[in-house]
Amino acid sequence: MSDRDDNRQNAVVVTDLKKAFRLPHENHSGLKQMIINFTQRGRKKGYEVQQVLKGVSFEVKKGDFFGIVGRNGSGKSTLLKLLAGIYTPDSGAIRTNGSIVPFIELGVGFNPELTGRENVFLNGALLGFSRDEMKEMYNEIIEFAELERFMDQKLKNYSSGMQVRLAFSIAIKAQGDVLILDEVLAVGDEAFQRKCNDYFDKIRRDKTKTVILVTHSMESVRKYCNRAMLLQEGRVEFIGNPDKIADEYSGLNLLQSPKKLDVKKKGPELSAKITSKPLLHPTDTLEVEIRYRALDEKPVFAKAYIDLDGQAIMATNPMLLGWKTMVTNDTKEHVARYTLPLNDFNKGEFKVIALLEDVETKVNIASFGYEGETVIKVENPDKTSRGGIFINQATMELKK
Amino acid sequence: MKISNIFNRRNRILLRELVVTDFKLRYQGSVLGYFWSLLKPLMLFAIMYVVFVHFLRFGQDVPHFAVSLLLGLVLWTFFTEATNQGMQAIVGRGDLIRKINFPKYIIVISATVSALINLLLNLVVVFIFMIFDGVDFGWSALLFPFTVLIIYVFSLGLAFLLSAVYLKYRDVAHIWEVFLQGLFYATPIIYPLQMVMGIGSQFAAQILMLSPIAVLFQSARAQVVGHDNVITADQVFSNPLYLAIPYLIIVGVIVLAALYFKRNQAKFAERV
Repeated sequence: MSDRDDNRQNAVVVTDLKKAFRLPHENHSGLKQMIINFTQRGRKKGYEVQQVLKGVSFEVKKGDFFGIVGRNGSGKSTLLKLLAGIYTPDSGAIRTNGSIVPFIELGVGFNPELTGRENVFLNGALLGFSRDEMKEMYNEIIEFAELERFMDQKLKNYSSGMQVRLAFSIAIKAQGDVLILDEVLAVGDEAFQRKCNDYFDKIRRDKTKTVILVTHSMESVRKYCNRAMLLQEGRVEFIGNPDKIADEYSGLNLLQSPKKLDVKKKGPELSAKITSKPLLHPTDTLEVEIRYRALDEKPVFAKAYIDLDGQAIMATNPMLLGWKTMVTNDTKEHVARYTLPLNDFNKGEFKVIALLEDVETKVNIASFGYEGETVIKVENPDKTSRGGIFINQATMELKK
Repeated sequence: MKISNIFNRRNRILLRELVVTDFKLRYQGSVLGYFWSLLKPLMLFAIMYVVFVHFLRFGQDVPHFAVSLLLGLVLWTFFTEATNQGMQAIVGRGDLIRKINFPKYIIVISATVSALINLLLNLVVVFIFMIFDGVDFGWSALLFPFTVLIIYVFSLGLAFLLSAVYLKYRDVAHIWEVFLQGLFYATPIIYPLQMVMGIGSQFAAQILMLSPIAVLFQSARAQVVGHDNVITADQVFSNPLYLAIPYLIIVGVIVLAALYFKRNQAKFAERV
């Protein structure tokens, strides 16, 4: 579905939004720094400029449940604060159609010394609602929060779960056209979460409500959103189908998982790199490059296996398979290629472990991948065979 | 920002909620509660009275000096409260500013309005004292509210300026503290201006009366306890041009504050 075919009204239109921050090197809120900045004009200042958003454009239609995902530091929060009007953009424009109710954080302005009731009205006033408007919403809010009996108690006597429930109820019962939520879907106990889930399900189908949700939970993105956007380093990486976005996001996380090499360890050098995509479908083929360099001229060979929670589920040993050409007996660097068609895999996250085995002693003299340096994720877009690590080949019939 | 928007419905509601909350919380957990806002200036007055009027015999020959002193102290308390609370307002509400978008000037106004409410309560007490002291209110007492209004607007202007500068340079808090201390003694509050003139220094009195606070305080006092008992600016200067200087300072501060605050408020959320 392309945006042009869609003639629903726009709720939010963002065009080429840019935002940079000055990051002070140390506390610069003093006269000293002002004088330094002034006297060293043109030279090094007490801050550096960080470009957080580098030209972001997107549209949110009325009735959308729009997800924004991205790794830490990708600019999600800054974008949200710009949408909420807390920050002003350096350049670019945000056009909104209707009132925006932002919840960057739950319970902003909550004061522990005030009663629950007073806090609801104060929070409402901060969001721009009048007393009368709040009175209309009030009963629904406390009913949803299940806190009717506690509203005249001071907030400091609430349990943390109760406080969150109250704040969350204000957030979702607030009558705005565009609701902005930052990572606040799962609060309270299980019963309350179920209630929230039902409510979001309802909103998802309600075509008058627009929600913009920032989250790290791909489950929420798949479940609630009808469109989503992936931000990376201040740019829009992908925009569109939430399932695709969730896949891309998971792939991004796999790619950039920490690669630690223990350089001090004495022994043969061995490393492995996934040369295919780390996020794969059953139709794909996994490709891994294994590099090694032995310390002496004893014959060695490389082998690999797929690990799931410490269990080898698919091992490839060249010796057992009779691939004698895999053996090397020098101290040069060698590169071995490992390929595995994934047509038996259904879904799951696996480690690829590379090993170097001594031919004579049959001992593994080096290993790589246990620290999660080479993780792959398999996902099956074919929803009919969900569940299980391997593609289900089983059949069933009723015998009696 | 249009002027008509400054007090639109949404902002009035927010201002009201903030002021009410502030008032509810101020004396939370104290037995005497709101009475403290009346008791504090009275206790300060008692100390000042004992030290300066009783022992040092300031203002012995000035009619109604005691209530003048009380009025001066009440006004001074307001001035320090409004400017100090106003200065801290933006930084103090930083958690709000970072998470929600609302007009920033509402915070500064709400901080000064809290001080203004205190002032009005205190003025009731001052007038009760004045009645007991046998003060004969004339028609000029009707001008008193206007003088208080000017004092408020001047304090508000300073609060705007200080709050925005304080966000950037925390040094301002220390500078302002010392400045207020100096200004307290440079304003005829604990001593009557007659005393300065009596020592024979017309020039010193003229210097003092260039300060807007001194001029406004003297006017306020003269309007209630009578022009015969309080020396106002027009009795100090022969050249009327000098009378304009304090008012030019007031206008200057307000214009500067409005421009500086307006220019910087968009960046408050990033800096706070």
